[in-house]
Amino acid sequence: MIQISGVSKIYTTGDVETIALDNVSFKIKRGEFLAIMGPSGSGKSTLMHILGALDRPTSGKYILDGENVENLDDDQLAGIRNKKIGFVFQSYNLLPRTSALKNVILPMMYGGVPKEKRLEIAKKYLDMVGLSDRLNNTPSQLSGGQQQRVAIARSLVMDPAIILADEPTGNIATAQAEEIMAIFQKLNNEGRTIIMITHEADIAEHAKRIIHIRDGKIVEDGNGHKQRKIRIKI
Amino acid sequence: MELTEIISEAANTLFTNRLRTALATLGIVIGIGSVIALISLGAGSQKAVSDQIQSLGSNLLTISPGSQTSGSVRSATGSNTTLTYDDAKAILISPKVTTVSAVSPELSRRSQVTTGGANTNTQVIGVEPVYSEVHKITVSVVSMTKVAVLGPQVVTDLFGEGANPTGKNIRIEGQSFGVIGVTESKGGSGFQNQDDIIYIPLTTAQKSLYGANYLSSIAIAAKSEDEMVTAQDEVGYLLLDRHNINDPADADFRIMSQNDILSTASSVTSTFTTLLTGIAAISLVVGGIGIMNIMLVTVTERTREIGLRKALGAKKKNIITQFLVEAIILTSAGGIIGMFVGIFTSFVISKLMSIAFTVSVGSIVLAIGVSGATGIVFGWYPARKASNLEPIEALRYE
Repeated sequence: MIQISGVSKIYTTGDVETIALDNVSFKIKRGEFLAIMGPSGSGKSTLMHILGALDRPTSGKYILDGENVENLDDDQLAGIRNKKIGFVFQSYNLLPRTSALKNVILPMMYGGVPKEKRLEIAKKYLDMVGLSDRLNNTPSQLSGGQQQRVAIARSLVMDPAIILADEPTGNIATAQAEEIMAIFQKLNNEGRTIIMITHEADIAEHAKRIIHIRDGKIVEDGNGHKQRKIRIKI
Repeated sequence: MELTEIISEAANTLFTNRLRTALATLGIVIGIGSVIALISLGAGSQKAVSDQIQSLGSNLLTISPGSQTSGSVRSATGSNTTLTYDDAKAILISPKVTTVSAVSPELSRRSQVTTGGANTNTQVIGVEPVYSEVHKITVSVVSMTKVAVLGPQVVTDLFGEGANPTGKNIRIEGQSFGVIGVTESKGGSGFQNQDDIIYIPLTTAQKSLYGANYLSSIAIAAKSEDEMVTAQDEVGYLLLDRHNINDPADADFRIMSQNDILSTASSVTSTFTTLLTGIAAISLVVGGIGIMNIMLVTVTERTREIGLRKALGAKKKNIITQFLVEAIILTSAGGIIGMFVGIFTSFVISKLMSIAFTVSVGSIVLAIGVSGATGIVFGWYPARKASNLEPIEALRYE
């Protein structure tokens, strides 16, 4: 489903070249629950941006759902992000002063979902994350965990193939973080592909597969639940 | 995304930042407001001037002496003394002139006028009774005596406001005149003050007062407005003939119709209106730059939001439309408010200046059109800037 082959990303600031990703290759199959781990500066955010079609690799190939992403222009990438990828960010990134319902509707406005269907779909997913009684609350009236659940509902409304979560529990208290992870588990059980970036080992343990990345290279790629004992201490 | 949704979302965003929206709009309000106020005040004063000229008689022709040419030296226009009482009489009785109904010979000069302790310098016109018919003004003048009819302004200057001078004496150039009446006020604005005039009999002016046997002007009433051109030609050729001039280019007189005077006066007011409107338009440009400034701040401030929208699938045109619509709503709202402000201002000022209050449909169309266009012009750059933000850069922005 996702095929990354020989992907490199080099940032140039003045005369200094920084290699953020160095010839990375791997595949992700449909229905996987993958965690990408690594210390800060390891290149995991860059990898996430490339996987999320937010950025293009300097070299290498990224095939998403049979489509070669490097050949697409900005607007086509926007279309890919809208329809195939659901984003969940560390800082939620909800529109301020805008109700939960309207936040969840937003991707559908750009995705050409007919107006009369949007409300129904938005309510369905807000109900799924347990917020059917908070439809009209603005982000400032919601707890961190609740805001992240709104963001998860938002990531699902276009029915994407992949959920891409960047440190989804990074700003959330432990108890609420478990609730968030439970939702991801449930989504994965329903057959959705989930890619999660994290530096927290106990969060990564929810994944079935963990890729460790360091200095722009994959240093380990293995089974999540069995990895506990041998994981690299960061 | 449908347009109605974009508009309602933009309006929502603007409403959330009420104070900023109000301040950003203010520049456009002032710009459009002053343009509209000046256009309608210009139209009003133009109408006032033309009404005043029309009130002097729309079928009026004025013959004034031209410049004097002796040898190759040409003296000032109006200095000629070739226009005579006989010319005036000839115009009236000549069989060649068929379109003239009345002829008023006139001699006017500025003179020092005194009474008791007060004195003033005003225009003294020697006229015949036919003057009131030609000029549509009520003046009763008895021939061959030293009597005077005063304009209301002269009465104020010499006797104080509201005084009744009838029966009293005034001295013009040292000679005593009995006051026999006051003209009705015709309003003092415009290019000639109709109230600051003293009327005396023509023969008195010519023989006793100024010792001049010529006229300073002859006013002619054409039989109808349609016959003005014919009357102008007939009178012109008669006078050329009487003055023994073959080439009309050498004529020692000029004939002006009210329309000639009107177009001169209107061209003056319209030049002023254009000039002032131009200055007001500059304030509109300044207002537009204010909008651009605010929109640029907004784009910077909402970088994260733009990044998020792009990450969620917004295309460039979605972002451009969103910001452009916000700018257009800002300027259009400013334009509409400015329109009302301008109309109100011109209403108040035209009442104070006692001129006609007119609002042209053109200026309203202009207000809405220009303000909308301002939004597009000055909103375009910020909107493009927003749409070109890289989603990851924008999302990282703190």
